[in-house]
Amino acid sequence: MAGSRIKLELSRVVQGESRLGVLKGLGRTGQHCLEVPGCLLYSHLGTVPHLTQDTLHTLKNIPAVTQVTLSSVAEHQEVLQEFKGGFKKFAGLHDTVVYCSLHDPAALCPPGYTTNKTVSVWGSGGRIELTVAKFMAIQKTIQPDWYQSMADGETWQSNTSRKRLRKSVDRTLAHLDECLTIHQNSQDLQGVEVFGVVEGGDILEERARSARETAKRPVAGFCLDGFQTGSMDQTLRTQLIKAIAKELPEDKPRLLQGVGRPDEVLACVEAGVDLFEGFFPFQVTERGCALSFSFDISLDPERAGRAPPAVLELNDDETCRAGEGQPNGEVTDGDQTQMTSFEINLKDKRYHDDFRPLVEGCGCYCCVNHQRAYLHHLLVTNELLAGVLLMIHNTAHYIGFFSTLREALANDKLDLLKRRQVILIATSFSVTVTPDGFESAALSHLGMESKHPRVKINMTLIWLQE
Amino acid sequence: MASLAQRKTLCVASPLTLRIVAECPVTKARACDLILPHSAVSTPVFMPVGTQGTLKGITVDQLDGLGCQICLGNTYHLGMRPGPDLIEKANGLHGFMNWKKNLLTDSGGFQMVSLVELSEVNEEGVKFKSPYDGKEILLSPEKSISIQNSLGSDIMMQLDDVVSSTVTGPRVEEAMHRSIRWLDRCIAANKNPDKQNLFAIIQGGLNADLRKACLDEMTQRNVPGFAIGGLSGGEEKDDFWRMVTLSTDHLPREKPRYLMGVGYAVDLVVCVALGCDMFDCVFPTRTARFGSALVPWGSLQVKHKQYAKDFQPIDPDCPCPTCKRHSRAYLHALFKSDTSAMHHITIHNIAYQLTLMRSVRQSIVDGRFPEFIRSFMKQMFPSPDQYPSWAVDALASVNVTLE
Repeated sequence: MAGSRIKLELSRVVQGESRLGVLKGLGRTGQHCLEVPGCLLYSHLGTVPHLTQDTLHTLKNIPAVTQVTLSSVAEHQEVLQEFKGGFKKFAGLHDTVVYCSLHDPAALCPPGYTTNKTVSVWGSGGRIELTVAKFMAIQKTIQPDWYQSMADGETWQSNTSRKRLRKSVDRTLAHLDECLTIHQNSQDLQGVEVFGVVEGGDILEERARSARETAKRPVAGFCLDGFQTGSMDQTLRTQLIKAIAKELPEDKPRLLQGVGRPDEVLACVEAGVDLFEGFFPFQVTERGCALSFSFDISLDPERAGRAPPAVLELNDDETCRAGEGQPNGEVTDGDQTQMTSFEINLKDKRYHDDFRPLVEGCGCYCCVNHQRAYLHHLLVTNELLAGVLLMIHNTAHYIGFFSTLREALANDKLDLLKRRQVILIATSFSVTVTPDGFESAALSHLGMESKHPRVKINMTLIWLQE
Repeated sequence: MASLAQRKTLCVASPLTLRIVAECPVTKARACDLILPHSAVSTPVFMPVGTQGTLKGITVDQLDGLGCQICLGNTYHLGMRPGPDLIEKANGLHGFMNWKKNLLTDSGGFQMVSLVELSEVNEEGVKFKSPYDGKEILLSPEKSISIQNSLGSDIMMQLDDVVSSTVTGPRVEEAMHRSIRWLDRCIAANKNPDKQNLFAIIQGGLNADLRKACLDEMTQRNVPGFAIGGLSGGEEKDDFWRMVTLSTDHLPREKPRYLMGVGYAVDLVVCVALGCDMFDCVFPTRTARFGSALVPWGSLQVKHKQYAKDFQPIDPDCPCPTCKRHSRAYLHALFKSDTSAMHHITIHNIAYQLTLMRSVRQSIVDGRFPEFIRSFMKQMFPSPDQYPSWAVDALASVNVTLE
């Protein structure tokens, strides 16, 4: 099969694992590129949630790749068939690369519907069962620039048996082979790239096997499935991703599915991931929150050197928000809908007369034109504009985070910051209130148990909470 | 004998200038430039409604991009949440929502009719039971104007005693007289007559004598503009247009006439012919959220199955951002996936309304408004026998004969 047009040009590999570079040759004419580590633009049927093209284009540095999901597109197969022009044209997307994933990372699928030959997606009208044949037929009507091959990823539940995990690896490989056969014989899919999917749950050997076998196939890159936020803790995730990375070619991109929280992104970049799905800003928006964590890697000695005195003091008021909705302080750090410490909850009364922008210095449309008090009002009165403005801000903030991440990798900020011994604090934690009223926090790990005694984290970003 | 209110308004310059650019020689229509504190407004004008300090789902930039020069906010809602004090701190409603052009605020009076279970009226004002916390609030003329002063709108409406247009009997007369007394109280209460324009609202229900009496009294007050109220509430169209034309017959030529609550395309065109300059209605934006797109030949229910494979834009001749990029089929599909589908239709519907009014205005300026009316009706209805009879009668009354 002809070589893939997608090329990953790495400019740096830090500590043998974190990679910095550019993914080139994207799109039918190969003219688009995406810097890595980077995120995709999350969409519902090609539209960034809440936004029209006008509001979307108030953003700078929009990721060049838009992710569409079969869960939103599959039910429109007939329409696309009749349209004949492919999904991009159908959705009015003029200047973007379209990547088609199987599932929507922001919507958990009910388990129990995968078989040897089928997987299911849920559209607005209910469950749609896909065989490889149907899956590929839909891809032909979509004509994405690239897509992930059909995969059995129903392994994110804890306590999935080894036997089930082995099956998921086998099935996924079988689906991949079938997809590739159809792909190679299809005129319609000429120039379209395929990513293989690495499965295997939480079993290292299965993960390695899946990666090794998938790498033998002529795919343009790799999706890492079954690592969704909440499926396992970060230490294990890091360990497994590193093991997978060992089996994968260096020059092909790795896309991690279902992980979007900034701390997890950071840890996974360190483990060797290049691309992430950009759904986190949407989740934050849906709970009426605004991303507000600082990713300032300024060289101001005062700022950089001032390690937060104690985790308990950090986050202060914000911690109270994180535990909201958990009456007995249950720790549910796996719940994707739980508010994290990276955001502020604008519904809170304290913002009703706060006339500052969401984030000082943020140049997004929302921060330039509006204030917290106004957003608070929109949320309290259930106004649609709240979603529009928050989506703009949260997307801008998230894009900025990735940009800074790349900058940190590029500019040797590591040494300087290592010396200052700033510790990466950003964590998401639930708050438990013990009977004596003392607030404690349960930290979710970030690979702080690194083997390296001298260096806690090889990238330092300070989360400044207000 | 000039009352205190009248003497007060005579001393202060009005922050409103109306320049009549053209008058239709056939109908009672006018095209004007309405100069308000934040910008000029070309009339006839349709004003979209942004009840709670936002047009649902649309940013102020998008609204500005569509050519909107004035939109509405609501005193009752904003008075409840977030409250006048907070908005004042935010530099008024303009500052709070960051809208740089004009704002008109309704007094809260209409909520008396729409939320009637929650209200009770007496000479003092309207007692509301807040739906949010059950507290009782008294909305008096003074309170309404005080809130509107805090909101800082370019045009404020008097608090009127609103009665549903389907009500008959002595209540209508009582409400009409009270509205006059409340107008005087509103004028006296206005702290910013040099920056904010207070409009009177003509009441009197569907009773010609009561309307006339109200007109006679209210036009003696020196207010910068007049609204025609108490209509557009479910009454027969045959009664509706007669009250509109009676009102414009007795309102001063050199002041703007604002017909409240009217927004259907046919109603707009006819009432411009009857002499109205300004209109507001939630209909275009509300119906958008249900997937109903307004077009010159009626409306299109985008969510209906028949559009699933319709790859044309909503209106091939429409220059709005929605029609320039998206098809009916895509919007139909998008309604199943994301709220932005509503925003696309909202943008289109506002564009439709504003474009309609722009075309109306241009035809008046060009001296061909009657022709415009005829071709508008032809486009809107499949055949002349489908023309609504009230519209035919109303237009005939201003010398426009449809086939």
